[in-house]
Amino acid sequence: MMNDHGEWYSIQTFDLTRKYGARTAVNSINLSIKQGELFSLLGPNGAGKTTTIKMLSCLLKPTAGTAVVMGHDIQKTPAAVKQILNVSPQETAIAGRLTAWENLLMMGGVYGLSKEMAKKRAKELLALFDLTARAGEQVRKFSGGMQRRLSIAMALISDPQVLFLDEPTLGLDPQSRRAMWQQIEKLKGEKTILLTTHYLEEVDALADRVAIIKEGEVVALGTPDELKENLQGMQTMVVRAQNLTMEIAAGLKKIYPHTKMKESGLEIRAKELIFDDIVDYLRENNVKINWLSMKEPSLDDVFLSLTGKEGATDEVS
Amino acid sequence: MRFLSLAGRNIKEIYRDPAAVIMGVIMPAVLLLLFASMGQGAAPVDIFTVDGLTPAVTVFSFGFLTLFSAMLLARDRESAFLTRLLIAPLKATDFILAYMLPFLPVAALQIVVCLTAGSLMGMKAGFSWAPFLVVMFILAVACIGIGMILGSLFSVNMAPPAGSLVVVIIGLFGGVWMPLKQVGGIFGAVGYALPFAHAVDAARAIVKGAGMGDITVELYWLLGYTVLFFLLGVFFFRWKTKQ
Repeated sequence: MMNDHGEWYSIQTFDLTRKYGARTAVNSINLSIKQGELFSLLGPNGAGKTTTIKMLSCLLKPTAGTAVVMGHDIQKTPAAVKQILNVSPQETAIAGRLTAWENLLMMGGVYGLSKEMAKKRAKELLALFDLTARAGEQVRKFSGGMQRRLSIAMALISDPQVLFLDEPTLGLDPQSRRAMWQQIEKLKGEKTILLTTHYLEEVDALADRVAIIKEGEVVALGTPDELKENLQGMQTMVVRAQNLTMEIAAGLKKIYPHTKMKESGLEIRAKELIFDDIVDYLRENNVKINWLSMKEPSLDDVFLSLTGKEGATDEVS
Repeated sequence: MRFLSLAGRNIKEIYRDPAAVIMGVIMPAVLLLLFASMGQGAAPVDIFTVDGLTPAVTVFSFGFLTLFSAMLLARDRESAFLTRLLIAPLKATDFILAYMLPFLPVAALQIVVCLTAGSLMGMKAGFSWAPFLVVMFILAVACIGIGMILGSLFSVNMAPPAGSLVVVIIGLFGGVWMPLKQVGGIFGAVGYALPFAHAVDAARAIVKGAGMGDITVELYWLLGYTVLFFLLGVFFFRWKTKQ
């Protein structure tokens, strides 16, 4: 479907809803995702991201509403939808006793590719995801990062027009996560990608647009920069100091509720931070300040203000 | 023919697990050799002769088909591999064929290994092959059907003990290691209410020279249960995957 600006939408949802008994997992979601866009669904665990992906990939029937993927209604023509999209599920979904090469050929066969075409695609994908050197090894011996890369490669074997990546970096160490971002970056523009994540940096690094989901509802929609602009005036102060205790942090938390001790230091967030008062308070409590900085609003601040929850980062909070 | 790709993967998953091959194919043959050598010349009852043991142990070995199919399905279900496949444009029949067909070559291998072991111990070779293979094919489908039920219902941790229980049930209530008719009582009644004792009786009768016409009662029992297990397997598979 085309919008007013002549752009094609690959995915459109219309009051898409899923209930499990009395609990509403996804509540009347309306999204329009442009062709070639990397669109991210960001939300805490249980927000409804995976349920949305499952409905869009025809794995789960909506309770109400529907969605259209590349012009095909997910309820009326699921077979056509399944043929043009592919998914890399949240957990690493690979056949452990098969080699990387065999995994790719197997998925090619499942999607109806000829042997020649499957082999050609498999070679390309192994190269794209830096797996050529290990193509002949059983994949149960691969590291977590390599298994995730293979999982995405398997989702690309059918050359789908629409790709769903469900938490592609969940559980990976920061280094592997950043390596995965580089792989996903290569796909941008070629495919319409719907990426679910609860890593804020992932959205900031990759997404063209983002929808923040809370309890099954879209609470914010826009580019990462647009969402940050809506929080103009929100300030963050980070303090690294000696003698900083949880009791002292708790005292600040009474004035600034979004105060948190992190590995990186004491983090204080508020619409209006009174610099002198904070410094005076810390000095009165014999805290020796080593380093202090003020930060611009981040996607983490957006997420916090909208969901009331901290977003996942590499830091231990 | 998309199921062939998935069936090929399932075959590799089975045959690349050496422990499974040893347990399912070699162990029954070893048991056969042990029991047959113990019973040689001094077998108190007919079932402990090599002609009685070989067909019964072949039936017993099919219990491992249940174990393997339950483990494979439970593992795929829990690892999200099945989710990936369910998103693919595969039909219900593709899944059923892909999770059933790979076990038939395993069954064929079990028959060959057990009969070879029996022949080495002096089992007579002049019986009719066709009815023997018919009984074994039907039993194989029944055992795979039970595996589909267990693999659909149980977790990856629970499927192996549940499958092992079926192996034990076949051994005990199938009359593989004891003369079920002579034991009688509740044990015998339960045994003959299940299909395995009928399969063992049919296989033993065929080795003794019986034809299809002589084992119709056993065949009906076996067929009835096979249809039931298979339909339940398909039902539970579809039910679980829709959840």
